[in-house]
Amino acid sequence: MAHGLHRLPLEKPIYEIEDRIIALEAAPVGGQEQEKLRLLKRELVELQRKVFGNLDPWQTVEVARHPDRPKTSDYLHMVFDEFVELHGDKSFGDDPAMLTGFAKLDRHKVLVIGHQKGKTLAERQACHFGCAHPEGYRKAMGKMRLAAKYGLPVICLIDTPGAYPGVGAEERGQAQVIAESMFLMASLPVPIVCVVIGEGGSGGALGIGVGDRVAILEHAYYSVISPEGCAGILWKSAEYKADAARALRMRSRDLAEFGVVDAVIDEPAGGAHREPRQMASRLKTYLVRTLRELVEKPVESLVDARYEKFRRMGVFAEATA
Amino acid sequence: MTASDAGAAASGSATPASADAPGPPPRPKRGVPEGLWKKCDGCGATIYRKEAEELLNVCPQCGFHWYVSAAERISQLLDPGTFEECDSDLRPADPLGFRDKKPYAERLVAEQKRTGLSDAALTGTGMIRARRVACGVTDSAFIMGSMGSVVGERLTRLVERATDQKLPLIIISASGGGARMHEGIISLMQMAKVSAALARYSRAGGLFISVLTNPTMGGVAASFASLGDLCFAEPRALIGFAGPRTIKATIRVELPKGFQTSEFLLEHGFVDRIVARKDLKSEIARAIDYCGGAI
Ligand SMILES: [Zn+2]
Repeated sequence: MAHGLHRLPLEKPIYEIEDRIIALEAAPVGGQEQEKLRLLKRELVELQRKVFGNLDPWQTVEVARHPDRPKTSDYLHMVFDEFVELHGDKSFGDDPAMLTGFAKLDRHKVLVIGHQKGKTLAERQACHFGCAHPEGYRKAMGKMRLAAKYGLPVICLIDTPGAYPGVGAEERGQAQVIAESMFLMASLPVPIVCVVIGEGGSGGALGIGVGDRVAILEHAYYSVISPEGCAGILWKSAEYKADAARALRMRSRDLAEFGVVDAVIDEPAGGAHREPRQMASRLKTYLVRTLRELVEKPVESLVDARYEKFRRMGVFAEATA
Repeated sequence: MTASDAGAAASGSATPASADAPGPPPRPKRGVPEGLWKKCDGCGATIYRKEAEELLNVCPQCGFHWYVSAAERISQLLDPGTFEECDSDLRPADPLGFRDKKPYAERLVAEQKRTGLSDAALTGTGMIRARRVACGVTDSAFIMGSMGSVVGERLTRLVERATDQKLPLIIISASGGGARMHEGIISLMQMAKVSAALARYSRAGGLFISVLTNPTMGGVAASFASLGDLCFAEPRALIGFAGPRTIKATIRVELPKGFQTSEFLLEHGFVDRIVARKDLKSEIARAIDYCGGAI
């Protein structure tokens, strides 16, 4: 368990117990210590369950942004049997914030698309912390067309604070590419499975989020705007980010209730960052089961059902005058 | 868009004032001009409101295109008496039980009262110089013209109607607010919903003319507004994905002059034509004719 590089305040009591366990394990052991160790380990599991079972909305955002949380690149190794990266948008450049490539999963050859946040500071900066530029969405669209041509199912791993807000991004059509990508995905003639693995930040997330199935990890979030952005506009100060996170109903259970996601994938006790392999194995189980189901369906009915899925979204009143 | 803009524009008329109308009253010396006068957002000059109204709410001095309400836009664009509104019975709900400083449910009632609109989009069918079209307009006076479920549903039904009836589709965007925060993730999904309907419409061969007006930002810019077969923009409109303040806060440099204007988008290849308001009707009619009229 080599972890705990970054500790959230909410994780403090968990790490306190864990430090005591480590100390006990290092010390010479007698029967009494063994019993103490056993109790502490049980206490640790219970505490993890309690803390992570009762995260408030802002704490959920903190967990979703946890620096140690598994990223797209981690899942590429742990979920798929092979990953062959494909670069470039054939137009402007190669955005490292959007990873695309061939992969193998179960008995399927697939195309994987995922936001990339990076691990080291240099990587994180190169990826703009997971905020893709227009060339990233163009790259994703190019590879989706390739997948459609050769009948490969598409898997999208969503993990972005949002599409990059900058001068170059606007000059190269950030709004245009997000719109085009949704337009393309809406009728792409292959199965599409999308999973929000960390941050589902607004249009930048939805730009690779129009699928036959949309799932979310338990402590990930998906929102129309970042809590800081919402607080800044409606409360006139980012200080109110926790209030905004609560008001926006951006957690996995809320999304399931609204019918925006089809499945919530449970995280290990203590969150995905504590047990990345276990998380990866649960994600893999979901993807394999879902793909097996989707590849059986005729493409036309798949695309029709995808249309109906999004067509139903919306809550309004209709006066029957 | 300020409340006073909205109120004044709603009372405006598309019919030109008669020639013997009384001349402008004396110009106010100082302070914020109100009522008969308005300060132009483009040049800062104090403009006699009636004079601008005769020019379809365009500044007579600098040509800046002022706000027009959705209803006024319809009357400017469609042949008189041809507009038949659709889905006017849809009403916004409050699926999140959202409240910031004020509950969304209360905000909705206040906005409806202030603007006379049920939500930020008006949709229907009508004629443009005797060509039948499906037409939708968003109104920036209603919660910044933002898209929640009602805007998304009205536009989606409009697109589906255009598909079924084989009509050219015109959507005029005036939405500074993007996807409406108060309806949370459900607003975001409206982007996918309308875009999916447009994908079907496009496959059926439909002609979609998107008209971008001041302002068109965020989730509206990043969905239907950018998906036109033809994309027209009114001069000097603010159009973009991220708000200028967000960009400034992220990159910490001054933004270039003219950034995120219609002219900026034209220069970077995202707009087919910049069209002055007075020419919009004839330009749309001509484009419909070039593209074969009905589908
Ligand atoms: Zn002016």
